[in-house]
Amino acid sequence: MERYNYDVVVVGAGPGGSCAARAAASRGLKTIMIEKRQEIGTPVRCGEGIATAWLNQIGLKPGKDWIANEVDGARIFAPNEQYITLDAAQAGNETGFVVERDMFDKFLAREAIRAGSDVWVKTNALGLIMENGVPVGVHARKLNKDLEIRAPLIIAADGFESRVGLWAGIKTQLKPGDIEACLQYRLVGVDCDVRYNDFYVGEKAAPGGYLWVFPKGPGEANVGIGVSLKKSPGIATAKTYLDAWIKRHPGYAKGKSIEDVAGAVSVSPPLKRTTANGVMLVGDAARLVDPLTGGGVANACISGQIAGEVAKASFDAHDFSVQFLQLYEKKWRGELEEQLMRNYMAKETMMKMSDESLNKVIDALQGVEFKKVTTLEILKAVQAKYPEVVKEFESMLAA
Amino acid sequence: MRQVDRDTCLHCAACVGTCPFDAITLFDMHIIFNDRCVDCAMCDRVCPVGAISPIPGTEKMKPKLRVPA
Repeated sequence: MERYNYDVVVVGAGPGGSCAARAAASRGLKTIMIEKRQEIGTPVRCGEGIATAWLNQIGLKPGKDWIANEVDGARIFAPNEQYITLDAAQAGNETGFVVERDMFDKFLAREAIRAGSDVWVKTNALGLIMENGVPVGVHARKLNKDLEIRAPLIIAADGFESRVGLWAGIKTQLKPGDIEACLQYRLVGVDCDVRYNDFYVGEKAAPGGYLWVFPKGPGEANVGIGVSLKKSPGIATAKTYLDAWIKRHPGYAKGKSIEDVAGAVSVSPPLKRTTANGVMLVGDAARLVDPLTGGGVANACISGQIAGEVAKASFDAHDFSVQFLQLYEKKWRGELEEQLMRNYMAKETMMKMSDESLNKVIDALQGVEFKKVTTLEILKAVQAKYPEVVKEFESMLAA
Repeated sequence: MRQVDRDTCLHCAACVGTCPFDAITLFDMHIIFNDRCVDCAMCDRVCPVGAISPIPGTEKMKPKLRVPA
């Protein structure tokens, strides 16, 4: 059995893993990141629309090789396809990039390597090495060899299908209402407006979720869908609804897919516990996906960065206990939890809204000038025109 | 027991993360079920392309019986 010794082992080389490895390695920790796939970033499992504001926050510079398109804002389409436009000028800083996720993930992995981290691809984590009831590393299989990677700190960045958390005793079950099944085609030869990311809501478009059109450039867009499992009693609901929507929209129906992308995201509250002795969970593994948008990249990077910082503090104190790692819980919750909970409530309410109500919301927002788009501002505008629609939100309005 | 239509499967692991019983793993391009599967059919429902179905006559229990609320 081959044995390797590190300070930190990061499981999973998505955005959360790479940001964690980068943060840990740049602070002088001997770090390794392992990835079960043979190539970082593929296959893509993502709509590829990200906000831009947070990149600066963790010291990442936009790169030409991973930005496909910069959008000015978003358009939200009601079930009757009346829409509102949320412009960057209106919404403060809500501009976004449509990225090439495979290139973006490789960019972040390069950043981790530049900071001094080791990276192994085609290396699968098989379980935790336990000593005296405490994890002290991971059993892994690299190509055809079983090996031990010993490290007092393990950062679980293994995504929606996280197993490291499970091994560490963090047992979680998602409700059907907190899971979205997703499918996307990268369509070439479509009529799309490259200035906007488009979102379509309602029972007919995407039950319990939304359908998106994220333009990658002139004539090319990611057209995808997320549908709630709660509202998907049948099989292949995501595909059925996506195909039906495309068929109804001739400007997209003429497109040809050059890439089919599938996956699932959690749209749940974050895990109550994201740490165990020697273990920190980041990103999708900690269920930090924004429940309203289904976006996971920003929170993965931010939590990964925090985990790397806490890893350093943990080494300085030579304390890898779950008690010490509360520092990680405290830091990421301080940064992200309020927004996640607020958007979870908003998602729960939206999921209950009828198409008629959604039509009224979009109608009430026509011509409204927002200084900054907040849930509260939206609710106030709707209340002014259709007070009955906001009844469910009354507690939020009072707050 | 469930079966995966390998011609339809996109290896996205939606079923792996959704399974309440840790009964599914994705190994390279293979979806593998272990004996913890109770035929709750959550994987059938989450699969974006409908690649998972019961093997007729092998279902351990009626679907929905142990699906978390």
